[in-house]
Amino acid sequence: MSALLEITDFNVHFALADGDVHAVKNASLTIQEGECLGVVGESGSGKSQLFLAAFGLLAANGRATGSVKYRGEEILGASPERLNTLRGSGVTMIFQDPLTSLTPHLKVGAQITEALMLHRKISRAEAQVRARDMLDYVRIPESARRLRQYPHELSGGMRQRVMIAMATITGPDLIIADEPTTALDVTVQAQILEILRALKNEKQTAIAMVSHDMGVIAGLADRVQVMRHGEIVESGNADEIFYAPKHDYTRLLLAAIPKADETPPPATAIGAPLLAVEELKVSFPVKDKGLFGKTRQLRAVDGISFSLHQGETLGVVGESGCGKSTLARAVLQLLPKSQGRVVWLGRDLDAHADIRKLREEFQIVFQDPLASLDPRMPIGLSIAEPLKALEPHLPRETVRGRARAIMQRVGLDPAWINRYPHELSGGQNQRVGLARAMIVGPKMLVCDEAVSALDVSIQAQIVELIRDLQKETGLALIFISHDLSVVRRLSHRVMVLYLGRVVELAPSAMLYTNPRHPYTRALLSAVLSPDPRAERAKKRELLTGDLPSPLDPRAQLTFLKSRLGEPDYRPKLEQVATGHWVAEHD
Amino acid sequence: MIATGQTLKAVEEVKGRSLWVDARRRLLRNRAAMAGMIILALITLLALLAPFFLPFAYDEINYDIIACAPNWWPAETVCRAPGHIFGTDGVGRDLFVRVLFGARVSLAVGLVATLVSLLIGVLYGATAGYLGGRIDGLMMRIVDVLYSLPFVFFVIILMVIFDRNFILLFVAIGAVEWLTMARIVRGQTLSIKQKEFIEAARAGGVGTPGIITRHIIPNVVGPVMVYVTLTVPGLILTESFLSFLGLGIQEPLTSWGVLISDGADQMETAPWMLLFPALFMAVTLFSFNFIGDGLRDALDPKDR
Repeated sequence: MSALLEITDFNVHFALADGDVHAVKNASLTIQEGECLGVVGESGSGKSQLFLAAFGLLAANGRATGSVKYRGEEILGASPERLNTLRGSGVTMIFQDPLTSLTPHLKVGAQITEALMLHRKISRAEAQVRARDMLDYVRIPESARRLRQYPHELSGGMRQRVMIAMATITGPDLIIADEPTTALDVTVQAQILEILRALKNEKQTAIAMVSHDMGVIAGLADRVQVMRHGEIVESGNADEIFYAPKHDYTRLLLAAIPKADETPPPATAIGAPLLAVEELKVSFPVKDKGLFGKTRQLRAVDGISFSLHQGETLGVVGESGCGKSTLARAVLQLLPKSQGRVVWLGRDLDAHADIRKLREEFQIVFQDPLASLDPRMPIGLSIAEPLKALEPHLPRETVRGRARAIMQRVGLDPAWINRYPHELSGGQNQRVGLARAMIVGPKMLVCDEAVSALDVSIQAQIVELIRDLQKETGLALIFISHDLSVVRRLSHRVMVLYLGRVVELAPSAMLYTNPRHPYTRALLSAVLSPDPRAERAKKRELLTGDLPSPLDPRAQLTFLKSRLGEPDYRPKLEQVATGHWVAEHD
Repeated sequence: MIATGQTLKAVEEVKGRSLWVDARRRLLRNRAAMAGMIILALITLLALLAPFFLPFAYDEINYDIIACAPNWWPAETVCRAPGHIFGTDGVGRDLFVRVLFGARVSLAVGLVATLVSLLIGVLYGATAGYLGGRIDGLMMRIVDVLYSLPFVFFVIILMVIFDRNFILLFVAIGAVEWLTMARIVRGQTLSIKQKEFIEAARAGGVGTPGIITRHIIPNVVGPVMVYVTLTVPGLILTESFLSFLGLGIQEPLTSWGVLISDGADQMETAPWMLLFPALFMAVTLFSFNFIGDGLRDALDPKDR
């Protein structure tokens, strides 16, 4: 029996102004019917280009050579008509960003049925029925209504499910999933992986799973190929790769994944707190549609209290939309709060006339390293800017010297001061962001998803750097992430947020070994480990569906259904052990 | 230890450059833009030095050679005017010297009014866009009100109040031209201020004026430059329109716009009267376009 897909001696070149780039070098792989192949590598390793080029989706300046056989038929260099028929009916793709890969002005139903009507020649009515069944299959609630909605009305996880529905509806033999969960929250990621697993088991669809994260691949792949700089450096069964990696690079990738059992550092908090937040509330006015629409208050942060000591790290965890970034911005006075107090070194921040003078003491590192740097400012100037703004009296030479020193400290070559952000990699740009925050010598640093946009291996390096900086300077850290495993490496205490409120706050050791709140447990169970056997056997406590709308007053009572009769009731925090607070739940 | 000392020294030698220094270097490497600048400089120089090397004055009338072709003109003509290399106009004035004098007015109007509109428009638009909310609403309503004033009516009022003069022309044109610029810049600013790097600058303690001048304005340069290269030709034409109505430049002074509109009337009998001013204007506008493109590319660090 011939393989479903057989790629041999495959090469991809790109002709750029600076010369040729050899993006894929002599890659060979096979995918059998109903099998899942995981392709792992860092950004820029050529893993996506490999599949795009194989199915004739190469950019105009690219050139592919070698052989690609689909069921024994050579498709490299096949006519566009043949490739169009093949893509969409035999082989389909799921891309990383579910928002940009759906057409914004077409209703979901129209987009799903488009491919079906094109490839299967059936009537519109029949296509509609099939589309609805498919949405049910990928577990989208109220499927009939969803078909009439536009992509922007759906959440990210929902959109990715629509993408999967589109990719599956024509009944393909092979689905190419290119980082399908990278842009999603961990809990949603777990749901999506669950659907892909069902596809493979129930419909016997072969899946090529492309990802930078070994954890994503672990539970799904039968075989794994590791790519680096365009070359396949190691391939084998999932168990071989995960339990007995031969190549150094594979070992490196595996080591970079935060271990679920890594011991959190002991807490060192003593004395008066540096920062105390009391009953902080931030709400945004949201106007209903129409001329006379009512304005309602969206409570992004709905009464959060916590304190932070010098040298301590507080991990803040929650899904998108739980208010963690809003909380950070309100604490740093980048957003106006609506109620509550933020006390810095014993003094209410409201009492300070000019908050700008205090910015030297608390700084922030943002999620997207490229977006948070001015594209038209050389990085040297970006790094020096806070220092110039906050201490304008400093002589130029001193500013330059300090910029160079901090660049060296965060692992950047000081000779790069004239480079622009687009000339650096994501990890390097995040180092620039760190340098910019650290140059003024802050007492507290807020990392708002500071490593979420980076490859797993780079994440580990940045987390290490942040930890070293903290050891040297006694910095207090608020480390925000949607991923419990990343937070664990750094945090002394962890706070779990759900829709703008704290559901659990505990020292790391307690939270990870003895989570009390069902939401924390769901988050923990969604964490992936690079252990295929455990992943396959794992029974997940999955949350179903999306986060409820924060505009719905009853959303707060999702975990306290017994109080649904009182929509204004807020679950109270109860202390279950020393320092371990849990919100009321059923 | 020696090694460390050496690296430190090497580090010391890399001097920090700003976007503007980089942009100048890139602009100097852009051949089309450099050619444009050289041509513009030549035309400007000729226009300024015209009275010193030409044997004719711009208002010297000679009824013996009315609408005569230059000596080298290839086609059959009624008469020839030896010594007048571009021929003569309808009252026998030397066309070459008049084209050069016209350049003075047209270039001045084009450049000064553009610079005025650039300065006011960019600052006003960036400020309105960045501050947002009520202030933005108020500032943009002022722009709307000014927009709604009829341009010609506005110029006539200015002329009536302040008497006719050359400077008023700049004021009138500049006062109208910055409005569009302000709108473009405001729109761009609204999208840029959502970007994370603006928030990063605020978190770094940079004040509002610093954010506008260091982060917003350099990032709106691209669309602004494209608009400017469209503005300069537009302004030169506006000036000729005003002059045609008798509100701009008065005889015997002239501008390219006036020369072209005169030449267009005589196109069939004396084509050189249209050809030469039009040629100068076209070359100038091309140069402006090349310079504009060059500036846009030079100010975009991604384009190397």
